[in-house]
Parts: sequence; C-alpha cells; structure tokens
Amino acid sequence: MFSLDLFLNALVAGVLLGGFYAAVSLGISIAFGLLDVVNIGHPIFVILGSYAAFVLNDAYGLDPLLSGVLFAPVFFLIGVVVYQVYYLSFERKGESPLRGLVFFFGLLFIIEVALLLKFGVDYRLIEAPYIGRSIHIGEVGIAFRLLVPCVVGLLMTLAITQFLSRTFYGRAIKGVAQDSLALRLMGIDPVRIKTIAFGLGIATASVAGALLIMISPVEPSIGRAYIGRVFAIAVLGGLGSIGGTLTAALILGIAESLTATFSGPSWSLAVSFGILLLVLAVRPAGLFGR
Amino acid sequence: MMRRWPVVGVLIAAAFALSCVGDAGAQATKQPIRIGFGMALTGGLAANGQGALLAMQIWRDDVNKAGGLLGRPVEFTYYDDQTNGSTVPGIYTKLLDVDKVDLVVSGYGTNLIAPAMPIVMERKLLFMGLFGLGNNEKHKYSRYFQIAPNGPNPAGSFSEGFFELAARQNPKPKTTALVGDDAEFPQHALVGAREHAKRLGIQVVYDKTYPPSTVDYTPIVRAIKATNPDIVFVASYPPGSTGMILAAQEVGLEPKMFGGGMVGLHFTSLLTKLGPKLNGIVDYGFWVPEPTMKSPGVEAFLQKYQPAAVKAGVDPLGFYLPPWAYAMMQVLGQAIEATKGLDQQKLAEYIHAKEFDTVVGKVKFGPDGEWLKHRTVAMQFQNIKGNDVEQFRQPGKQVVLWPDEFKSGNLIYPYSAARK
Repeated sequence: MFSLDLFLNALVAGVLLGGFYAAVSLGISIAFGLLDVVNIGHPIFVILGSYAAFVLNDAYGLDPLLSGVLFAPVFFLIGVVVYQVYYLSFERKGESPLRGLVFFFGLLFIIEVALLLKFGVDYRLIEAPYIGRSIHIGEVGIAFRLLVPCVVGLLMTLAITQFLSRTFYGRAIKGVAQDSLALRLMGIDPVRIKTIAFGLGIATASVAGALLIMISPVEPSIGRAYIGRVFAIAVLGGLGSIGGTLTAALILGIAESLTATFSGPSWSLAVSFGILLLVLAVRPAGLFGR
Repeated sequence: MMRRWPVVGVLIAAAFALSCVGDAGAQATKQPIRIGFGMALTGGLAANGQGALLAMQIWRDDVNKAGGLLGRPVEFTYYDDQTNGSTVPGIYTKLLDVDKVDLVVSGYGTNLIAPAMPIVMERKLLFMGLFGLGNNEKHKYSRYFQIAPNGPNPAGSFSEGFFELAARQNPKPKTTALVGDDAEFPQHALVGAREHAKRLGIQVVYDKTYPPSTVDYTPIVRAIKATNPDIVFVASYPPGSTGMILAAQEVGLEPKMFGGGMVGLHFTSLLTKLGPKLNGIVDYGFWVPEPTMKSPGVEAFLQKYQPAAVKAGVDPLGFYLPPWAYAMMQVLGQAIEATKGLDQQKLAEYIHAKEFDTVVGKVKFGPDGEWLKHRTVAMQFQNIKGNDVEQFRQPGKQVVLWPDEFKSGNLIYPYSAARK
C-alpha cells in the first residue's frame, strides 16, 4: 500500500497534528516544566477555551481563532487567581508539588461540572468558512481545519520562546525555574514571576481550546483524553524546553499519522508512547531537558 | 364494675395494636418499587443518556399518576456512569447491596451494558438492556431483554440495510472498506458488516479500527482512499463520526456509499452543526419522522418529551433513543402488573412469553432477549439545507431506504450525487 504521495500526505498530516499538539501542550510545558507545578487540570482550561469560542461563534458568528485571542487576557487573569490559590494552599507551606495534583484534579472536575451545568452534555462544534475545505499542493492535500491550528501552534511556540529569551519577565521566568532563591537575591519576587508565568500558560489554553473545537466536536469531559498526551509531549521534549515541546509534539504527530496510514490507526498511540519510553530510556531528561 | 376496667383496657390496647399493625401493613404495601440503574449523564454518550433518563422519568411519572405499579409508587435510584465502563460494576454492586433496589435496568449503550452483565447474571436478576448491540450473544442469559429492535442477529442486522442497499445497485459494488472505533459496539457492528460483505460477495479491501481518542482522521481516510473502495462502512461514536465526515470531505473520499453505523448523527447538536455535510450519508436508524414510520405511540410520547427536553436542556428532537427508553420501562411495568410481583424469574418468563404494547409498537422478544424480528432501518440524509433544527422534524430529510416495508424514498446513488 506504500506510495510516495500517501507518505507525503501522512507526513504533512503529522506535522499539522504536531503543531496543534504543541499549542495544547505549551501551557503544561510552562507550568510543569518551568514552574514545577503539576497542573493536571490544564486540558480543562483548553476545553473552557473551546466553549468560549463556541459561545461567540454561536451567538455572533465570530471566528474561533479571534475568540481564542480575545479571551486570552481573561484566561491569563484566571491563571493568576488559580496560581495564587495554589501558592497560598500548597507551595507557601512547602508542600510537595505532587500534593498540588489533588488541587488541580479537583479544579478539573469543578470546571467540568460547571460546563455541564451551563452547556449540557451535547457535543459542540463551530462553524467557520474554512472547516471542511482543503488546498492541494501537488499530491498533498492540506485541510484548513488542521492547517490553521498548526500555524497558530507554531506561532505561539515562537512567540513564547521569544518572550522567554528576550524580555525581562521571560528571562525571570527561566531564572525562577533554575534557582528561585538566586532570583530573590536579585530583588525579584519569584512568586510574582511564577504567577505571571502560570497565567501565561493558562492564556495559551484559550487559543488552544479555540483550535481544538475547529478540529473536533467538544463536550465537557473530552479534556481528560488529552491529559496523557500533553504530559507525554512535555516530558518527551524535556521539561522546561519550549522548543523541545514543539519538537516532541511534531514527533508524536508524525508518528501517529504515519502509523495510522500504514500500519493501522489502532497502533498509533502505542507507537507514540513507545517512542516516549525509548527516548526516556536513552535520555531520562527528555530530548532537550537538562 | 371495677373488674371490667382491665377488660376494657385490654380491648383498647388490642384495638390500638391492631390499628398499628393495619397502618404498618398499609405502609408496607405503599413501599415504593425501587428501580436502579447507571446512566451516561456525562462523558461521550451523555447527550443520549440524558435523553434516555428524561424518557424514563416521564414513564415513572405517568405510572405514578395512574396509581403506581401493584398500588405502589415507582422510584428510581440512578448514578452517572460517566460513559465509562469501569464505573459500572461498582454502581450496580452499590445499587444491589447498599441501596437494595428491587430491580435493575441497564444504562445506555453496549459498552455500559457489558460490564453489568456478570453482576446481574451472578445474582440471577432480570435485566432490561437499553441499546446494547450483541451483549447477550455469548452469555445467552435467559433473563436479559434488549429494547433496540436489532432482532435475533444483532450485529448483522445493524449493517444489513447498508449492504443490502449496496447489493441492489447496478453495477453492484465490488469492494468495501470497514472502519470503526476500538470499542465494544463498533467491534460488534464490524463483525456484522464483515458477514454481510462476505455473503454478498463484496471484497473487504480495508478493515481497521482506531482508538476513540483519535484527533485527526485524515490519515485514516487517506489510507482508505488509497485502497479505492466502492463503499465505506463506518462504525463510530460521535467524535469519530464527525471526524470521519469532515476528513472524507477534506481528503475528497467519495465512495459510492458512505456511512452505515455512525452514532451521533442522531444527536440534535451534531445534526444542526453538520447540516448539509450530512447529505448523502447512509446511516442506521430506529425511528425517523417519515410518513412510512408513522407511529401514534411515538408521536404522543414526543409531545410529552420534547417540551420537557427543551426545559431540561437535553436533545430536543428525541427521535433516536427516548421513545425506546420509555418502551423498555413499559415492558417492565406491564410484566410487574401481570405477574403481580417482583419475582425475577416470573418476570423473565412472562417477558419471554408475551407480546407488549409500547409507544414504539408491539414488542416481542426472542429466546436470546433480542427482538424476535428486527426493525432497524437504513436511512439517508437528503436535501439538508443550512443548520436549522426545524427541518429535521420534517419528512424527506432522513429518508428511509430499507427495509421495503418502511421505505419512504430512494437512495441517491452514488454518494457524490447527494452532496451536489
């Protein structure tokens, strides 16, 4: 069944999927990788982003991507509040980050139930002129429904990488990941920096959610399906490495796509997690971890 | 005179005691009949599960307004199974051991019925099943009854219409692709599809399943397209149904027939959002508002259900599952009244022996607890314009093609012709 055009299409589909995975995983990479906060509830913020996009699309026909960007500041503020609660309840008391796991699990279920009460259990989809359409470059077909999330995912990764390496706050976030005491000695409040970083991670969920609802229908509990994937990507890329997150997302996306095309889709997740295990066996810190 | 007082006292005490016994007896007979079940109130199948629950609650209220069953009110004890089979054994154990319900019925769907079967079989309980596909094929449990009209060959009947229609075309399709979710129901549906393809001499050129958590369906659709099948049978849950439809359009997969066993296309939310993208898809169904399927029972039920559904925020059309959930409870209720008790064996024997009048029509079960004769239809989405929900209440949008006794229109063939 192998043919060059099938291979190229699978490769491109994998890259598109990887770009989307990167967008969904960025928040985890920031929280878990840089801040050591095990935000297992991140996918529910992505779903919250999907519902925000759905509401504006349903009521005003607003493009989901625009909704994602418009809601990003709101999500940033939500992230700030969530981190403050987490900090006061766990981090300040010197509790192990794993204790926070329970907090974020609880948050996941609370938001899920709130979405259920507000929107019910129906699957929600959005309408946009580019959904269901594709362009063809030679033998390769590219669905806009996947192209837009991929491009946005890549841009988000680039923007966050630039922010972290070129701005004061960005460098401070990287600093807090390495040595928060040293940061304090330099007169910077690590809690404030971590609050900003966590807010930034949650803000990415607003855009990622809008991208998700472009790709597939969403219902309140669907975020749970992403928990394994996003953590696998963050760990595979190397904790704290945003570039590593993108690379890992692309690897998993391409692996899933090639497996689905040539060996059967039921093997795709097994192959992805097999790659994760293999990499961790050789490089326990992940591809770009230190 | 003084000697009479003890006698009077004894009489008063006896009268009081008797009155207490009388009250207790009356209370005992007024004890509610408690029916327990798990239901998909959250998770992937919740859109249907909530509608089913509402239908069952309407039945309970109707029964209680009419004086209950055996003069006793009916109560439900139910838990959210989260569309997660691993929660089901715990739920039914709690219902039976802690809540001590009198009877249990199933939640919605094959995947949620399967984990309850060992528990009800071990305790020899009557078990009414709601839309399970082939759950009793291997167990052959004599106290299981399933309300979807799949007939004695559930897996086969589910895809029979799709393949019979294909075989009637000229020239007859020669190849088929089979694809579906890695889950209990789609696996059963694919077993039936393989049987029909073999029986009708249609070669299977692609036969794979995908994990339910699949995000991008385009690689799957491309792999299918590479095998160039004449028809594509899909057995999927709602995310898979949506993903396959969108990917097929994006990749340009245009077999002569597409669809077959796609769950979710009956949900109002997906019907309205997918709108014209549904045109041409052939899917299974149990009841649709076509003139050939007119049913006073269903229509009367929907008149009660639809306003309540709008109020409760659940599936406002309710064509797919709610009438059958109501009918399932009607069978149980009629059996309780007829056997004048809650004896599980007597109830099962009665349900095996009798035919029941329900909102979905006459129901008669066969030895394996499935309908004696199947009534699953194959229908095609046609002439859908825009995303207005009202159009789906009208005939001509979900046209019944098979079997002939319910046929309300002709198959638009090939698939691409229906999409123009």
